[in-house]
Amino acid sequence: MERNGRSVLEMKNISKEFYGNKVLKGINLSVQEGEIHGIVGENGAGKSTLMNILFGMSVIHSTGGFEGSIEFLGKPVRISSPFDAMALGIGMVHQEFMLIPGYSVTENIKLNREITKDNFFSKILGPGLRTLDWDSMGQDAKRALSKLEMDIDEWARIAGLPVGHMQFVEIARELDKQNLKLLVFDEPTAVLTESEADRLLSTLRKLAETGISILFITHRLHEIMEVCDRITVLRDGVQVATKSKSETTIEELARLMVGHSIESVGKRKVNLSERKTILKVRDLRVLMPGETVQKVDLDIKEGEIFGIGGLAGQGKIGIANGIMGLYDSSGSVEFDDKLLPLNNPREVLKRGLAFLSEDRRGVGLLLDMSVEMNIVAPAIEIHRKFLKDMGVFSVLDRSQIRAFAQDMIQKLDIRCLGPDQPVKRLSGGNQQKVCIAKALALEPKLLFVSEPTRGIDIGAKKRVLDTLVELNQKNGMTIVLTSSELAELRSICDRIAIISEGRVMGILDPDAEDAQFGLLMAGEYAVR
Amino acid sequence: MQYDNKKSQTTTMLEQILKKIRSFGIPRIIIILFLLSLWISAAFLSIPFPALLSDTFVRLGMNTVLTLSMLPSILVGTSLFFGLPLGIICGLLGGVMSIELNLKGLTAFFAAIGFSIPLAILVGYGYGLLLNRVKGSEMTVGTYVGFAFVSLMSFGWVTLPFKNPEMAWAIGKGIRVTVSLEGRFSNVLNKLWAFELYGIKIPTGALVFLGVMCLIMGLFLRTRTGLAMQECGMNPKFAKASGIDVDRMRILGTIISTILGAIGILTYAQGFGFLQLYEAPMYMGFIAAAAILIGGATLKTAKISHVIIGTFLFQGILVVALPVANTVATLGSLAEISRIIVSNGIILYALAQKGGNE
Repeated sequence: MERNGRSVLEMKNISKEFYGNKVLKGINLSVQEGEIHGIVGENGAGKSTLMNILFGMSVIHSTGGFEGSIEFLGKPVRISSPFDAMALGIGMVHQEFMLIPGYSVTENIKLNREITKDNFFSKILGPGLRTLDWDSMGQDAKRALSKLEMDIDEWARIAGLPVGHMQFVEIARELDKQNLKLLVFDEPTAVLTESEADRLLSTLRKLAETGISILFITHRLHEIMEVCDRITVLRDGVQVATKSKSETTIEELARLMVGHSIESVGKRKVNLSERKTILKVRDLRVLMPGETVQKVDLDIKEGEIFGIGGLAGQGKIGIANGIMGLYDSSGSVEFDDKLLPLNNPREVLKRGLAFLSEDRRGVGLLLDMSVEMNIVAPAIEIHRKFLKDMGVFSVLDRSQIRAFAQDMIQKLDIRCLGPDQPVKRLSGGNQQKVCIAKALALEPKLLFVSEPTRGIDIGAKKRVLDTLVELNQKNGMTIVLTSSELAELRSICDRIAIISEGRVMGILDPDAEDAQFGLLMAGEYAVR
Repeated sequence: MQYDNKKSQTTTMLEQILKKIRSFGIPRIIIILFLLSLWISAAFLSIPFPALLSDTFVRLGMNTVLTLSMLPSILVGTSLFFGLPLGIICGLLGGVMSIELNLKGLTAFFAAIGFSIPLAILVGYGYGLLLNRVKGSEMTVGTYVGFAFVSLMSFGWVTLPFKNPEMAWAIGKGIRVTVSLEGRFSNVLNKLWAFELYGIKIPTGALVFLGVMCLIMGLFLRTRTGLAMQECGMNPKFAKASGIDVDRMRILGTIISTILGAIGILTYAQGFGFLQLYEAPMYMGFIAAAAILIGGATLKTAKISHVIIGTFLFQGILVVALPVANTVATLGSLAEISRIIVSNGIILYALAQKGGNE
């Protein structure tokens, strides 16, 4: 922090509303010359919205802009498009690579900023026909790469490079811009191996020494502690704290990041050790894009509500999807002491498991079909229920279906115009209840529930959770609840497993300390 | 005050009517208006109306099953069944076999269907396998497969060892381009229980036959398998999560469409009086597709009512367009040209509109 103290970026009192929903509340962020400033927060804490504001992304302006002001190098600026940001000297290294695989490293680095020279045709027909100056472009690319101390051939094709190298090419592209003052890294280490990540961190330090300021967004707390000068913690759109490295510890950051004060719903304590293990998962791997499960072992007891938490993209969603056979998976899963076949949704449903998908509209519902058909369709397919025998063949039994649907509508309080209304006309909460009814029609022994309250308003959230608790307590149904909302997990689960990088980091009591949850989510090993 | 109330009432009523119209589908209304205007001009040109309506019913009986073959394909999610020529060729082969065996009348007709079904199952299965490999571009691939199969079968018709002199080329080998069904199963359905009402001839047998086909289809859609098929079309992910083998269902839907195509061409042929071989099946798929789209189907949803309404409208226009054009434009082939313009224009219009709203 013994920099000269000249401020590069000042974001003052930034607030942002999306359709009446405040996602950022009075954020103050200042970055000084040569400073590495870390930003940490859970998913949905507001990190990306803040960066979208800094880059003048159209999502911000098309939804009514933001409140507050931005100063860059001491002067107030208006950033209304990414081009403005680039012109000011703000660069961004994206989480997903913005590279053209078929082009060489040099071409990617110099894309749209090519060095050209005149030729005969361009003099007549305009600058669009100027020749590319390959030699000086190559030299520029090499210079940028050598700043990173990377030994990458500047003429190699992107397509064949290892993932880590692509990340460095992306950084080199930003470095090659002449006026670069501030560089934003959005979770740059997410795709890197450990040694690559270390290298990136040392690169960050070197860049900072040359006077470039860096905003470093990550959820890996030890990386933050390693390189950052100051750290800002966001939670639910609020700036919880800004601390310099010497003043804080990993534990404190973890606690600040999670920090919900949750009232437990007064769930009864159950003695799990006496219960029989109903689902035994060993060595589960699931190839679900964006939610890969590397190796998961779990023992789920009969009659419990088991929570699965963790940050987005770490693989928590993949577990239920894998066991239900929706994505390619391997390993061994035993249900009720019998081996469960993997990659076979039909057999899994037959054995008495059911699944409420996190993708309610995409996987969970037939949007154009009526409420009643949505409720009964899987039960008809799997258990041959609701059919009327006509001798040679059997047809759907309309009256039986109607009766069952009406019963469900009443029991779960599904607000609809009637059993024949198309589900796409229902609100999110009621659609979720239709999904629950659909699962109940299958009479499952174990129910996987993924993100049951995503996109549902607060009142409906509580009702959905209450329904789950009721099913668990009255019908003795075992429930495995996967959710990004820790508060939700802690309010109804008996135990909570935290997943990071596709593995179980640890299993905690719902009333364990905030810091423990935070550390496990950040991929640090349990402090216990 | 009272006046205001009344006004708001009339506006809501107007809104309701507009909503009804919109849900019926504006393209369909335009087509209906077009048909009506053709009928009116036919009346002015003193073209006998009962004859027009008779023809329309005959064509409805001939074409509905072909249009129906679009339905399973749309419902299972493989979009319009442009592989229809495959089914048609299976049906033609069945018809040719029935003539070769020297069968006559209704026996010949149902025997032809019986022969063509196993062929259609085989061809449909293969075509279904292919469609599962080109998910997302079924219509394009289907069109070309249909064309290719028609061309391939042009060799087939020449080389197949059929001996019956009614069908063979005079020079010896191969089957003629058109095979007359006179004395075989020409008009067997049209003449069955046929009667006349105010000068309108009703081809009862053909209408009953298409009714039975639609009924079987309707019942099938209400079975467990039928429901599973529709789930695949509406949301393949939902279907997979419900334990349905989506690829198998798509093959099944394709097989049923192919079978209906085979039966469809035989009902068409009995009304037309000829089996048309070689290049004739090439464009049949477009006519059937246009008919179901005019009826109100979309590329993803369709009902049996769409099949019947659509076929009636499309064939009704074709029936009346020809004599009207004939009277208006007497010059040589101008009538034929205008008929082609009308029919292709409707196809284009239907494909561009893709039916009404839900």
